[in-house]
Amino acid sequence: MFYRENGQFKTSYAADQAVFPILQDRIALAALLFVLFVVVPFTFSDFWLNSVLTPTLIFALAAIGLNLLTGYAGQLSLGTGGFMGCGAYACYKLTTIFPDVNIIILIFLSGIFAAAIGFIFGLPSLRIKGFYLAIATLASQFFLEWAFGRVAWLYNYNASGAIEVPTRTLFELPITGPTATSATRYLVVLAIVLVLTFVASNLVHGRIGRAWMAVRDMDIAAELIGIRLLRTKLLAFTISSYFCGVAGAMMVFLWLGAAEVESFDINHSFLILFMVIIGGLGSIIGCFMGAIFIWNLPILLRSTFGGLIDAATVEHISFMIVGALIIFFLIVEPHGLARLWQIAKEKLRLWPFPY
Amino acid sequence: MRLKYLALAAGAAAMMAGSLVTVPASAQDKIYIPLLTYRTGPFAGSGTVIADGLHDYFTLLNERDGGIGGVKLEVEECETGYNAQKGVECYEKTKGKGAIVYNPYSTGITLQLIPKAPVDKIPVLSMGYGLSATAVGEKFPWTFNAPATYWSQMSAIIKYIDTQGGVKGKKIGFIYLDVGYGREPIPILEELSKEMGFSVLKVPVGVKEMQNQSSHWLQVRKERPDWMIMWGWGAMNPTAIKEAVKIRYPMDKFIGVWWSGGNVDVRPAGKTAKGYLSANFHGTGANFPAIQDILKHVVDKGLSQAKRETVGDNFYNRGVMNAVVTAEAIRTAQKLTGKKVINGEDMRKGLENLDITAERLKEIGFDGFTNPIKVTCKDHAGAHAIYIQQWDGESWSKVSDWIEPMRDRVRPKLEAAANAYVKDKPGWQTQSCS
Repeated sequence: MFYRENGQFKTSYAADQAVFPILQDRIALAALLFVLFVVVPFTFSDFWLNSVLTPTLIFALAAIGLNLLTGYAGQLSLGTGGFMGCGAYACYKLTTIFPDVNIIILIFLSGIFAAAIGFIFGLPSLRIKGFYLAIATLASQFFLEWAFGRVAWLYNYNASGAIEVPTRTLFELPITGPTATSATRYLVVLAIVLVLTFVASNLVHGRIGRAWMAVRDMDIAAELIGIRLLRTKLLAFTISSYFCGVAGAMMVFLWLGAAEVESFDINHSFLILFMVIIGGLGSIIGCFMGAIFIWNLPILLRSTFGGLIDAATVEHISFMIVGALIIFFLIVEPHGLARLWQIAKEKLRLWPFPY
Repeated sequence: MRLKYLALAAGAAAMMAGSLVTVPASAQDKIYIPLLTYRTGPFAGSGTVIADGLHDYFTLLNERDGGIGGVKLEVEECETGYNAQKGVECYEKTKGKGAIVYNPYSTGITLQLIPKAPVDKIPVLSMGYGLSATAVGEKFPWTFNAPATYWSQMSAIIKYIDTQGGVKGKKIGFIYLDVGYGREPIPILEELSKEMGFSVLKVPVGVKEMQNQSSHWLQVRKERPDWMIMWGWGAMNPTAIKEAVKIRYPMDKFIGVWWSGGNVDVRPAGKTAKGYLSANFHGTGANFPAIQDILKHVVDKGLSQAKRETVGDNFYNRGVMNAVVTAEAIRTAQKLTGKKVINGEDMRKGLENLDITAERLKEIGFDGFTNPIKVTCKDHAGAHAIYIQQWDGESWSKVSDWIEPMRDRVRPKLEAAANAYVKDKPGWQTQSCS
């Protein structure tokens, strides 16, 4: 009815290949961005900004990072938590060594350190595949966790072993540290996530993304059509780690405010992997859906049942419901929420007579 | 297919309905106290008992006295699972409801809340844990760690060892949970070892290895330290004690921090753990009038989650002690401000002027429960003294007098640490104490 593309003619190849070919999509996206940038920061409470929206966006970015590697290039990785930690610790070291450099530049730079580590741990990917590669990335996870806990230089010999975020400003306005308001931090996160999402979307729609997908679908065939495997896989590892590193730096600097090794443990890697699988492998919008689903479902359950039964029981119930829902989704729609969204869109275009 | 969409639609509808449930506005005639507790996860063994103690004393005040100063207390637990991220989420969720004080019950969560406290104007009471340097009130106006810090406790334990045959030339093993909490006392231990001439063997236990410490204790057996000190928590404690028994380490040379002295920690080893020592700063057992009142007014009425036999356990009483400090600070704040319903800033004043004398303890039914606590602007830790207790196979008994920490050694180090913390934070809120 409203969602129909009658009369929208494409007169150039560029228009035909656009990421959002339908006018209604573009209007909806513009409206969503308007709400996220203008309405949300002024109307939502601290709890919403700080515990719901900011973490969701950060996890969505980490999920995009993992999705580039696992969903697009087909390399299973369990090292996401470690790569996020690389970004966080790199950003911490950078901002303590160069306190006058703008923190946003440092957040982007810290991703490069994570990318370098990702590059090194991606080297075995030419020789090992599938489960074996997963084990190799698991080794990176454990090694990095060990390094964050034991190499005291990384946390500036702090007695507590935790990294704490100092106050840094942008145009005289504090954006990190305790004095930064949740609205400013949210806006910074939103802006960074949007920029990187745009980059990721262009990557996967272009030559590099196609090379990744070719490697994912059949690496021998990809090699035969002239794709250099090592280079492509390493590029996937590097870029994926860059995204994860930036997400990790944002997680500590713009959300938590302090972090220990435990913030980047293996459970964290699994959390991001669940987001990617539930959201949909090989889909950018799926990363956002997965992050929204996995991160907010327990919060929703807690706030719904919070007043009725005691806190520990709510926690147990939320574990069980989240687990059951993951299984439910995997059975009903193994391609994730992104596929559901796609089906819904196709049906809407034919509404009221979908088939 | 139809079923699938029906189910999805139902799920979506449920989510919509859930998001419409609004947070109830806090009633103005109540004092709201959020409790960050944990009854799930690997630390639930220790956490549940403490949560019960905290909860039950506040319930007792509501049931027996109708609250504090005629104002009922509204206590809400928020489950953290000893996880810093969830802890911060709990903090954000509850601070808007008029929270007057936070008890994080995790050094990791405390570290996250310390910088938030002055901004949101809600004090943090990390009772016997957290960052030791926050005892320096000039630098940390919003954080309190009465009755003692980890550093003063470590110095008191070393002092105790010194009275039991001296420390000079001895080797002291330090087995600790390898997180912020366990690493906290290392600076003081290392400095004391230099000043007093003993060597230190550090044995870190990662959270993942908590329940499998055989390699750690193999190292202890090889190195044969004269004394062992433990900074453990949750499932680490009973495992360490069982392993120590297994390698036949002399239990009366094995001292746990006050968080490694729960009845749940020694019971698995039972009689074999006889002789194990642990630091403490409050009484154990249910033989205090106020704890008898808890049994009568709370537990027997079915208002508690605690089993009757755990009431009076060491960690249960720790929770009660925390609630007592909080309640007395509320009373002090009410007296100082003349208000009945206080806010976070009033509570800060109450905590800073907290003075729990021996007479006051007797009045509220805790005669001899703990050493008098006097918090001042300069000193946010208050009492400092601790005592050593010993497990006799069935219960704890006090084996030392109250041991004062080495104040002259500890205080300058606390101040140096506080200065170092504040140094790289421009605009950090301090206060002057004259």
